Amino acid sequence: MRSWRRFIVIAVFAAAIVAVVVLNAGATGGVASASESIHLSEVAHASGIDFVHQSPTLDPQVAHIAPHIGALGACVSVVDVNNDGWPDLYFTTSRFGASNALYLNQKDGTFRDIAAAAGVGAINRAGEGVSMGAVWGDYDNDGLEDLLVYKWGYPQLFHNLGNGRFEDVTAQSGLRTWMNSNGAVWLDFDRDGLLDLYITGYFRSDIDFWHLKTTRIMQSSWDFASNGGKNLLFKNLGNGRFKDVTDSMGVGSTRWTLAAAAADFNDDGWPDLYLANDYGPEELFLNHEGKRFELARSGLEDDSKSGMAVAVGDVYNRGEHDVFVTNISEKGFLFQGNNLRLNFLKQLGHFKEVTTGVAADAGWAWGAQFGDLNNDGLLDLFVANGFISADSGRDYWYAMSKIAGAQGNIFEDAKNWPPIGTASLSGYERSRVLLNRGQAGLVDVAQEAGVTDLLDGRAVAMADLFNSGLLDVVIANERSRALLYRNTASPPDPLSHRERENAHWVELKLVGTRSNRSAIGAEVTTEIGPGRQRQVVDGGSGFCSQNDRRLHFGLGDQRLGSVTIRWPSGETQVLNGLGIDQLHVITEPK
Amino acid sequence: MTTAPTQAPARSFVATAIDPKYLIVFLITLVLVVGEARYSILGGYQRLATTLGVCVATELLLSWWLRGRVANVASAYITGISLALLIKPQANILWPFALGGFIAIASKYVLTYRGRHLWNPSNFAIALLVLVASDSVAILSHQWGNDLGTNLVIWAFGLVIAWRARVLHVTLTYVACFIVFAVLRHFIVGGPLFAELAPITGPMYQLFVFFMVTDPRTTVSTRGGRMIVVAIVALAETLIRLAGDYQIDLLRPFYVSPPILALAMVGPVAMFLDLRRTVGRSDSRTVGA
Repeated sequence: MRSWRRFIVIAVFAAAIVAVVVLNAGATGGVASASESIHLSEVAHASGIDFVHQSPTLDPQVAHIAPHIGALGACVSVVDVNNDGWPDLYFTTSRFGASNALYLNQKDGTFRDIAAAAGVGAINRAGEGVSMGAVWGDYDNDGLEDLLVYKWGYPQLFHNLGNGRFEDVTAQSGLRTWMNSNGAVWLDFDRDGLLDLYITGYFRSDIDFWHLKTTRIMQSSWDFASNGGKNLLFKNLGNGRFKDVTDSMGVGSTRWTLAAAAADFNDDGWPDLYLANDYGPEELFLNHEGKRFELARSGLEDDSKSGMAVAVGDVYNRGEHDVFVTNISEKGFLFQGNNLRLNFLKQLGHFKEVTTGVAADAGWAWGAQFGDLNNDGLLDLFVANGFISADSGRDYWYAMSKIAGAQGNIFEDAKNWPPIGTASLSGYERSRVLLNRGQAGLVDVAQEAGVTDLLDGRAVAMADLFNSGLLDVVIANERSRALLYRNTASPPDPLSHRERENAHWVELKLVGTRSNRSAIGAEVTTEIGPGRQRQVVDGGSGFCSQNDRRLHFGLGDQRLGSVTIRWPSGETQVLNGLGIDQLHVITEPK
Repeated sequence: MTTAPTQAPARSFVATAIDPKYLIVFLITLVLVVGEARYSILGGYQRLATTLGVCVATELLLSWWLRGRVANVASAYITGISLALLIKPQANILWPFALGGFIAIASKYVLTYRGRHLWNPSNFAIALLVLVASDSVAILSHQWGNDLGTNLVIWAFGLVIAWRARVLHVTLTYVACFIVFAVLRHFIVGGPLFAELAPITGPMYQLFVFFMVTDPRTTVSTRGGRMIVVAIVALAETLIRLAGDYQIDLLRPFYVSPPILALAMVGPVAMFLDLRRTVGRSDSRTVGA
């Protein structure tokens, strides 16, 4: 009898192994049907955008891992720099002598680089540092968007003069502090009507990458490092000057912050700060009436990963700011998984992590943004992937795994890192276009959407660049050309045309009066059918990127109900009967 | 990892205070509690519940069904915790913990030779998952803070308990061999010496040297033999590591976790040869699970 019992056990054992193989084969996630897709067309070159990012050159002491350390700085931000109603684009590059680009929208589907003439191009200089990104905001409320470029070096503030030129006002602004920064956000944390500035630190601020005094510059832990650069909060004093209030406000995190986003996550009327930290847990700093911030215990503190970007969106039209944070996954080596955190702060006091399938493990994920790419009333998600695409026959993952598990004081010293040579590290990964199907979940439609590039994506920004009622997607790629994915809504077939006819939208441009003129931080909740979608005017989000300040709501075939605007000043405005398929310019009541 | 006895004499159950297997149970519980308290190493209690539940249930069921008696579950407990700590799944999936737990324990009843199982259960399950389910499973991506203090505590307890469990010679032989081979790799590959030495300072190696490579149930019968086998494991690991350094594509699935896959290859062969050699001799040695 024992033998047949043993035979049964052997059969079940074999079946379990087969089950492992079968379940593993299904690990790649869902596929969309053609009828529910998104359609994008890459038109950067055709639109006159031929921007190519260049990585920084670094001190020879870290030459053996320079491709790893210096794989940052390809960023894009959206701005209407001349108030003509057409979004423009600003790209950063990161090599001494290379020029950033300000692409002015020509309103005919093309762009023209005016950075040199505007005085915001040639700013990557020895002794000053190299650009790592930029955010736009009207810090002096003169009706013109000004530019803050954060760097590995001295950040630079440019005042928009309104005549197509900018003035470097860094010296008198009080912002000339050497940082190794990869992120910044404009926010009005004290609601005084003036935009304040939060600049994140990545590497320590005492590190000059071109004159290293030590090679002990790396993270001290892969899980809970806190030896990064200190984040700084600058209060806008209103006279063109900013004051460092970091310590008094309690937001001087020294985790390796790669991205930040500001929004009122707990719905108390004050903008909070959400940080994505590399080598550590995410952090949510709750704003207590502009007097101080407090690091929330909201379930984030133990979930340590490699946060790269913070995207804010109301995923299920619940009227809440949910968060998507990108992380790293590599077959066999590491499954950190991206985080889609639903906001239950008011109900439960914490976020609920719900990521599954294709949204979870997309590769070495960087920039991400929410946006309703098919105007169906639900926010979709674009995720850029890929770290270092070099020699495809050589892979740095194994070499890096040697030190990843070691004691922190070993790999904190860059000279103990194995040389990367020409190897790739999570290279040649494709982006993900995640279609939101509501309760049916997210599904990757990148292939059908026409997003097939394998460049090392960093920043992702969304804007209706052609004023067509459709969100377009701009990608800044490391050491490569920028991409502009124009939203074509649907392929030329009758069925999709019918869908297009049922994909309505509304856009809002907000102009602050008592609030900051850019209306950054304004919260808009729009009733879409039975749901209500909440968005916030963007002062910087994703990874080193900034979306258009205009808010875009897809409606599908549902009725547009009331639109509630909560201005940063605290003023609440309710609008009814807004027309659909058009842009509305809303000025804050005085 | 180390597997507690399935056929231990009754006296060992009475003398729990001095039985080495319970020291091993204590040590892995210590690792679990300290790691979870300081660094949330589990990534969710459902993972621990799944592996522990499946491992214990499988052990109880199969021991009763195939051997007519219910086995001590210390072995299943150790295996369950080990799998919960070492398996890091894609997209928060749970099935690797459930199937991994079942396969680990069932392997003790299926992959046997002369009544003895050949693989350390958790070593077999993890090696299998890494090799055939790499889209779904990685191994220990959490590094417990890379914190010297925490690791020193575990190393200290681990060494004392390994000594008490009479497997310290296995642990020390492996560590010595690892260091020698690391220096050798440094000269062959040419990278920083610390990069080659670094892995053994990490948490995965703590689990490996204290719970897996020392498993008395799946090591050979003589002290000298165990030292030779563990040296061969270190050698096999070095060959895998060199394959990683020289980017031998065919072996990529192996160099995601060199020590575990080296043991998975060397351990059963050594056991098989040892069992053949000792055929006819009574096996009264206390065994682990």
